[in-house]
Amino acid sequence: MSDLHQQLVQMVDKMPAFPGSVNKVLQMTSAIDCAPKDLVQVIEHDPVMMAKILKLVNSAYFGLSREITSIKHGVVFVGLNTIKNLAISIATMGMLPKTGPAGLDMHNFLLHSLGTATIAKLLGKRLGVTSDKATDYFVGGLLHDIGKVVFAQFMPQEMERALKRVETEGISLSLAETIEIGADHAQLGGMLAEKWQLPHALSTCIKEHHVQKLEGDSNMVLDCVVAANIIVKQVEFGNAGNLVEDRLPSHVAARFGMELDELLESIRDLDEELEKANAFIRI
Amino acid sequence: MMKFTFRGVRGSIPSPGPKTVKYGGNTTCIEIRANDELIILDAGTGIFPLSQTLFSEFPLTCHIFISHTHWDHIQGLPFFIPMFVAGNTVNIYGGQDPVTGNGVQEALSRQLEYAFFPIREAELSAKLEYIALSENQVVDIGDVQVTNVLMNHPALNYGYKVTLGDKSLFFSGDHEWPYNIYDPDDDDYQLFEDHITQKRKSIIDIVAGVDVLIVDTAYTDAEYPAKKGWGHGSFSSSIEMAREAKVKHCFFTHHEPTRSDGDLEKVFQEALDEHPSQPDDPKFYLAQEEFTFEL
Repeated sequence: MSDLHQQLVQMVDKMPAFPGSVNKVLQMTSAIDCAPKDLVQVIEHDPVMMAKILKLVNSAYFGLSREITSIKHGVVFVGLNTIKNLAISIATMGMLPKTGPAGLDMHNFLLHSLGTATIAKLLGKRLGVTSDKATDYFVGGLLHDIGKVVFAQFMPQEMERALKRVETEGISLSLAETIEIGADHAQLGGMLAEKWQLPHALSTCIKEHHVQKLEGDSNMVLDCVVAANIIVKQVEFGNAGNLVEDRLPSHVAARFGMELDELLESIRDLDEELEKANAFIRI
Repeated sequence: MMKFTFRGVRGSIPSPGPKTVKYGGNTTCIEIRANDELIILDAGTGIFPLSQTLFSEFPLTCHIFISHTHWDHIQGLPFFIPMFVAGNTVNIYGGQDPVTGNGVQEALSRQLEYAFFPIREAELSAKLEYIALSENQVVDIGDVQVTNVLMNHPALNYGYKVTLGDKSLFFSGDHEWPYNIYDPDDDDYQLFEDHITQKRKSIIDIVAGVDVLIVDTAYTDAEYPAKKGWGHGSFSSSIEMAREAKVKHCFFTHHEPTRSDGDLEKVFQEALDEHPSQPDDPKFYLAQEEFTFEL
């Protein structure tokens, strides 16, 4: 697997972003008076752009003395023009196909990622985290499945077989990927996140979002992302190829003090927030 | 002993001519002498007149710190005569650009490409070293320490602090304090404001208490709103920074290229009038070419 990892790390550098955000970035930045907050919003809605920009600003090569945990944080610490030009350089690499050769519907994948991000942030706020910290929850949700899009893009045949197995055999995508590829998307994404020196909380969300934990052996960001990932599938918002689960892992249920149904019922603004995310990428 | 001499104080583009004779028309370059070390901050066109004063010191070792690679800060580099003479050592320090992935080396090598300059980098006879700096890295040069902090400009820009014993100087390079890109009623306004506060602190912490602050003061307060986002400071932002960091002497630099000597003195005086002196205020000056200050 380590050779494969190495190969994928190099390929990912050339991986393009999602079509909607590529188009928007190119269009917006051709105007000299492009509104910074609009550009930031576009980047924040694209897992590939988000991951790549966080990777670049956190790289040891660049040598920043602090960890950059979000795009807004990057805009202040690295400068707006640098973030803008990073986005442009990613946008000029092309764009991901609407449906990849692996058969993963990229629009549905994007919806799933955005939905998880949105709900993870809502759950974080509900647990009382500040808006500064809530951003980590959003980013964790947005990037948790980044490994899938890498598999779909660079190992399409294996990924297609894995997706088929989920359908025909009713096994989890992680198991199917492990059978077909030898590692699952969480392991791959986690490895990329560590390689990219993404903030630790973030790489944990990516690496461990399918790991069964004991109560007290987890952290709040991860628990919120795990819950959000399950909720977003329950409400059928997007699809990233995995099975619908109808239970929260026990340590996550313990964190919220309730089971899935009750949690789902209790999230106010859920539909409204998801609709906002949907509307943004539809434009 | 530490002293410095301004060799270029103009922003953006050289501005020679009768209207700028007093303050000078060369772009940014500051010569620092600290004990026996020669440290040069930025290589705008002012580095050329500096280089003409250095022959008697050959063979020479010097250290050039580049704040950022916009033209007006590197344009004099190909004319830095010590690079052409064997026996000299020229160390060039700077950050690594996250967009291009390129280091400070590019500032020189691209200017020395065939279409732009008749001499190639390989033909330079002095020993050249390029040193990529990460943020807050401390470089020891004899008894002198040089460290840096990332400022805010449309390119990666390091401000440099030079310390010798109990004397210290900070040069901002080009800098505009970050402003909030959200409207006060946006959800993200406060979050962004918190990042700005942290960023300001990370800079002020390094500048705090220096003897000399040399700071980008391109605009008057009246000019600034039309130039917001261009990456430069104003008289107000520089005066506030100097006061907050409790520096002893503050030199305003990066003068607007269109500003005549008379206009420069006029806007300087107006700025001082608008910011009446407070107890413990630093002493404020206009940076002037050839002016030497001993710390």
